Amino acid sequence: MAFYVVQFLTGLASAASLFLVASGLSIIFGVTRIVNFAHGAFYMLGAYVAFTLTERFSGAFGFWGGIVVAALAVAAIGVLVEMVLLRRIYHSPELFQLLATFGLTLMVEDLVVLIWGPDDLVGRRAPGFKGAIDFFGQNIPSYDLFLIVLGPVVLGVLWLLFQRTRWGVLVRAATQDRDMVAALGVNQKWLFTSVFALGVFLAALGGALQIPRDAVNHAMDLRVIVEVFVVVVIGGLGSIIGAFVAAVLVSELNAFGILIFPKISIILVFLVMAVVLIVRPWGLFGKPEAPVRRTPGLTVNPWRPLTANERLAAIAVLVVAAALPFVAGNYVLTVGSEIAIFVIFAVSLHFLMSVGGLASFGHAAYFGLGAYGVALLAKMAGLPMIACLLLGPLLGLLGAAVFGFFAVQLSGVYFAMLTLAFAQIVWSIAFQWVSVTGGDNGILGVWPEKWAASPSHFYWLSLGIAALAVVILRIIVFSPFGFALRATRDSPLRSEAVGINGKRIQWTAFVIAGTVAGLAGALFAYLKGSVFPDNMGISLSVDALVMVLLGGVETVSGAVVGAIVYKALNIWLVSQTDWSKLVLGAFVVLIVVAFPKGIVGTLEAFLHRRRKSSSSASPVLTSRIETAE
Amino acid sequence: MSMAPTLLSVEDLTKSYGGVHAVRGVSFELRAGEILALIGPNGAGKSTCFNVLNGQIIPDSGRVKLLGEDTTGKKPRVIWRMGVGRTFQIAATFPTMTVRENVQVALVSHGGQLFNLWASTARHAREEAGRLLDLVGMGAYAERPCGELAYGDVKRLELAIALANQPKLLLMDEPTAGMAPRERVELMRLTARIAREQSIGVLFTEHDMDVVFEHADRILVLNRGTLIAEGSPEEVRGNAQVRAIYLGEGLVYDARHREGASA
Repeated sequence: MAFYVVQFLTGLASAASLFLVASGLSIIFGVTRIVNFAHGAFYMLGAYVAFTLTERFSGAFGFWGGIVVAALAVAAIGVLVEMVLLRRIYHSPELFQLLATFGLTLMVEDLVVLIWGPDDLVGRRAPGFKGAIDFFGQNIPSYDLFLIVLGPVVLGVLWLLFQRTRWGVLVRAATQDRDMVAALGVNQKWLFTSVFALGVFLAALGGALQIPRDAVNHAMDLRVIVEVFVVVVIGGLGSIIGAFVAAVLVSELNAFGILIFPKISIILVFLVMAVVLIVRPWGLFGKPEAPVRRTPGLTVNPWRPLTANERLAAIAVLVVAAALPFVAGNYVLTVGSEIAIFVIFAVSLHFLMSVGGLASFGHAAYFGLGAYGVALLAKMAGLPMIACLLLGPLLGLLGAAVFGFFAVQLSGVYFAMLTLAFAQIVWSIAFQWVSVTGGDNGILGVWPEKWAASPSHFYWLSLGIAALAVVILRIIVFSPFGFALRATRDSPLRSEAVGINGKRIQWTAFVIAGTVAGLAGALFAYLKGSVFPDNMGISLSVDALVMVLLGGVETVSGAVVGAIVYKALNIWLVSQTDWSKLVLGAFVVLIVVAFPKGIVGTLEAFLHRRRKSSSSASPVLTSRIETAE
Repeated sequence: MSMAPTLLSVEDLTKSYGGVHAVRGVSFELRAGEILALIGPNGAGKSTCFNVLNGQIIPDSGRVKLLGEDTTGKKPRVIWRMGVGRTFQIAATFPTMTVRENVQVALVSHGGQLFNLWASTARHAREEAGRLLDLVGMGAYAERPCGELAYGDVKRLELAIALANQPKLLLMDEPTAGMAPRERVELMRLTARIAREQSIGVLFTEHDMDVVFEHADRILVLNRGTLIAEGSPEEVRGNAQVRAIYLGEGLVYDARHREGASA
């Protein structure tokens, strides 16, 4: 019995830090409507800065002062980020904001390694809370008790801040209707900045307070951000009390889950989140979101199938690409195959995002399922390669059918978070179900058969399948189904009023996208000869998002170009610099701020403008030429 | 006209929100080819009534029958398939498509082709879409992006979309809201002409009394959730209760408003 009480208290202590970070995220979202992916990075920075300060200054004052100063310093960095970056993208679609803050996270991950080195850092114990308290033969660290008290205290302070101060009233008003608050003459810029500063302060404080409990490392940001997403989604975005209740719930699920279901402890939390989202899509304490506002700057340039000339050009490009094996060596061909595979992966997400308006943050799940499908069929059932390539992606289809059914019940940020959670579930299964998946060691020895084994043959195979996938998806875009999908994206109200069952259309699109992603994963397994849980990890999902964005989310097939450029750049960067994440992160931020239309989108807009101006200017031009003569 | 069959019959509709009766015991009928206006001051229950009819709200009690078939509690898309077209107070169209494609989507749905992954939509029902656009006077704009249209044209496009399933009944929620005066008259004349020609029943809500009295065959007046008057425009205009409750209140508000403005 005493053991369970101690386990419960440990859970409560973990909840404190989680609550601090989650409440910060929630407050920022409530006012600015930005889901700050970089929140985990600020948490990590808080821990690193606090580590340095507490090492430098000893004694009780040094330690506690160091913690607070660290949080304040990181909050100052947050203010800088808000003023320089976020102010430029408040009116961008939420997907762009998520990506910009993700780019920031990538940069911070490399920066902390640059400054503090790659090794785990073990911090000091907190002065005054070094010992443990005996509880019926079980030890409870006294620092845990401190954290248990701290959580509710912070909740109380925040409550007073929001209920009893003028600033708090403004924040609550802005959470309900920020445009109205702006119309009443409140300086929105500084309100947003101060809210962001408070949110970041809380995140950094949460990180700083972890140093007596846990080692500081450069991967703690992603771990915490996924947990925090889960907490705010369960509690309800924008609700502080929701963040508290959910932080306790999640921490206790973790604490006891590991005792009861050691194999699926990670899954347990995500299952709870999925259930909450399906029963109460806006979270336990959240409010239903108003319909998403229309994105300004959305294309007014309706999509067209390729003209005969454009088709010829596309075939010419394909022929040139197919000629690569006659001039290039094996390394280039392998890179070429990988790029072709990522073209398939990117266009599958692009289909879901640009045609369906559904930005999945866990698309790698279906890529990975396809890869594992192939690996399991090849290794366990011993099927021939063709059969594996045809059947493997069906695992992606199956996963997409199950998860997609739940995911399409939601939209916007919540859709993104639910897909992310599902991807984490799949990842956990691959990671923990060692007897089938090999866990962290993956499945090795998935090599292509002789006819496809040489780099040039495999390149042709990948290129052919990629071309086929692009063509098929384009046909679907311009099919009646594609129009129904766009109609659902454009106006749910109108599409329902003309007899379209939007959820079923979106579900079908999700399954199509998942199957095509599974096909990419199947090829990838043969290319690498192995599969690992990382084939369905968050970073792969984000790679796909960046490729789509880079190509242009408003285009029909921009992801093809996005995938080629991004993948080539990525492979080149990794070979050139040790700080590829830093460069990549900066690159992502740059695209979002400077080229939100992506490469193809910017090009199309440019051509469109030129065509318009040339067609209207030409009569004037010719008349001028005549007069000149 | 009195011989036309009953298209829509609403029986004893009631809906309340937390003890407040939005609609209480409302019953009426609508015949094919008839244009019926539903009016009343703000908060009278027009929108609730309307949203029950098109399936967005499930009533506490009462029934809605379309050509004898019960539609109560059915989803909007199901009601559409039973032959009800509708337009919204703020026009809802597909802004990233061309005008023709907007209509084609509705025709694709009507033709049961929504899950067709292979055919070319551009060639699907092209002429029929063009015919519907000609009908509402939008034929010349067929290839224009919908997002570039003036609001009055968006409203006409919406009417073409609403007609795509050859509806028996057209529900129009404040069809002329947000339009210039001349556009209002044009749109309502167009609607009335199409309704007469194709024998479509039209039910609309409206705040503009000029539009109501000029185009409605019959008028229903709602106040605080109950039907207080029903009849021809002349009868309703002459009804003392309507004057007192509906038009009278408007004058009071107007006077107050002016006092407030000058103070």
